[in-house]
Amino acid sequence: MESILNFIGENILMIYVVILSIFLGVEVISKVPSILHTPLMSGANAIHGVVIVGAILVMGLADPNDTPALVLGFFAVILGTLNVVGGFVVTDRMLGMFKRKAK
Amino acid sequence: MSGIYILLFIYLIGSITFIMGLKLLGHPDSARKGNLIAAAGMTLAVLGTIFLYKNEHGKAIGNYLWIFGGLIVGGVVGTLAAKKVKMTAMPQMVSIFNGMGAACVAVMSIVEFTHYGINHPGANMMNGQVLTIMLGLMIGCVSFSGSIIAWGKLEGKFGDFALPLGQIFNIILVIVMVGLSAYIMTMATANVTLLYVVVAVSLVYGIMFVFPIGGADMPVVISLLNSFTGMAAACGGFLYNNQVMLTGGILVGSSGTILTILMCKAMNRSLTNVIIGSFSQKNAASKTEAGEKPPVKEINVSDCAILMSYANKVIIIPGYGLAVAQAQHACHELEKILESKGVPVEYAIHPVAGRMPGHMNVLLAEADVPYPKLREMDDINSEFDNCDVALVLGANDVVNPAAKKDPNSPIYGMPILEAENAKNIIINKRSMRPGYAGIDNDLFYDPKTRMLFGDAKDVLQKLCTELKTI
Repeated sequence: MESILNFIGENILMIYVVILSIFLGVEVISKVPSILHTPLMSGANAIHGVVIVGAILVMGLADPNDTPALVLGFFAVILGTLNVVGGFVVTDRMLGMFKRKAK
Repeated sequence: MSGIYILLFIYLIGSITFIMGLKLLGHPDSARKGNLIAAAGMTLAVLGTIFLYKNEHGKAIGNYLWIFGGLIVGGVVGTLAAKKVKMTAMPQMVSIFNGMGAACVAVMSIVEFTHYGINHPGANMMNGQVLTIMLGLMIGCVSFSGSIIAWGKLEGKFGDFALPLGQIFNIILVIVMVGLSAYIMTMATANVTLLYVVVAVSLVYGIMFVFPIGGADMPVVISLLNSFTGMAAACGGFLYNNQVMLTGGILVGSSGTILTILMCKAMNRSLTNVIIGSFSQKNAASKTEAGEKPPVKEINVSDCAILMSYANKVIIIPGYGLAVAQAQHACHELEKILESKGVPVEYAIHPVAGRMPGHMNVLLAEADVPYPKLREMDDINSEFDNCDVALVLGANDVVNPAAKKDPNSPIYGMPILEAENAKNIIINKRSMRPGYAGIDNDLFYDPKTRMLFGDAKDVLQKLCTELKTI
């Protein structure tokens, strides 16, 4: 239990970031017209693809002889990239349709 | 040393682009720019990590071949999938991408856990790092299997299925999942076998969580799972002490939750209602109450064409049926022909028309329908009064007057499009089957209403041909 308290103490700045980000996320979204819900969800979906950074760390720091870690890391990189690239491209495609018409 | 500071600065920029991206995505004019800004920030963060990252021992990123291999495979497959997917199948696509991200977190957590014992021999498991690993693992697994089920349901691969006492079973699963994770943390060493048990239980829970929820509620579920994945990503951020993952994950987690609630509100439902699914049970009760109804009146295509060509104005109400029939292009064709005959046409878009909020706008935009013709509900409702024809294409519950008149109706209180005020109402449906809410629609029996049965695309094409000959 004590080590968990220590963890909180050591990461107190991160925890501040978390709390503030929660409010920010709520604030940024709360006045969105319903026609944009779908693209917004898709865009947010692409943003959580930032896990790709974690996958790169797993992959990049793995021992070149540690095959299981390499294979799993490789999968993680592919999965994360699918999330990021697919997410942004599909959102752009959706929004492109709106924009063309707006003119 | 300066490299790592540059990287930290890059992460700061990345976080700012995510915030700006989400903000800009909230306005129709700036949405596309917002998406591109967030994508640029993401690219920067990824490249920065690959080339500038050093861990606390000064070890830089290696295994470039594997990393770039993965990036290329994922990038190509992701781009192709996103470009090729039909716009009607887009909700499924988002669900799949979400599942991929969630699986990514789960895999990362497994690798980190197996390494934990090796890197920290003899260390106590009861600490923050293991806690974030376990949280990321559980949330990632639930979100992954849930997303795959959501995809399958939208694709029509799985039907609705609920275990008897499903809710109790689910609660037990959660207790087992969390309990086992807690138990792992109390152990002296990293127990990988038990970890895989947690993985299995979490995957099963994700499946059981989504399975009983009706297909029409999937958008809400996808949005919810989306915010789950955001939280899992944030756990990863804590684990690696990585700011951009943390802020990105939390932003999606919180904005995704709010978005989920907004979607529920647009459908006049509460989130618990969606998850527990009491809605469908309530419907079952009200369905049996339906008494004798007068017969509906049908109209054929040529009469319908004549009626519309002499109308002062036609308001089209597109619904899910139109999306299923892929009839958005035929619909635009009809609109063009009518306009060439001097009949103004507008679209009345209910906030939840289609498969998810905003989906109908995307579909019609795909078919080149001019944006100003798509009118929002509050904006157009008053215009039904002096409109000769309201053409309802595959929509049902969103025009059901029971939402206004019948306090016992399960959809009572849901805002609707007031098609009943138009002088003539033409309803295109494939059959008399009730809509998603499973309730009868009095509008069908209204003396002003004519039913035009058939597949939306088929009927619209016939209407177009007929109109051209008039």
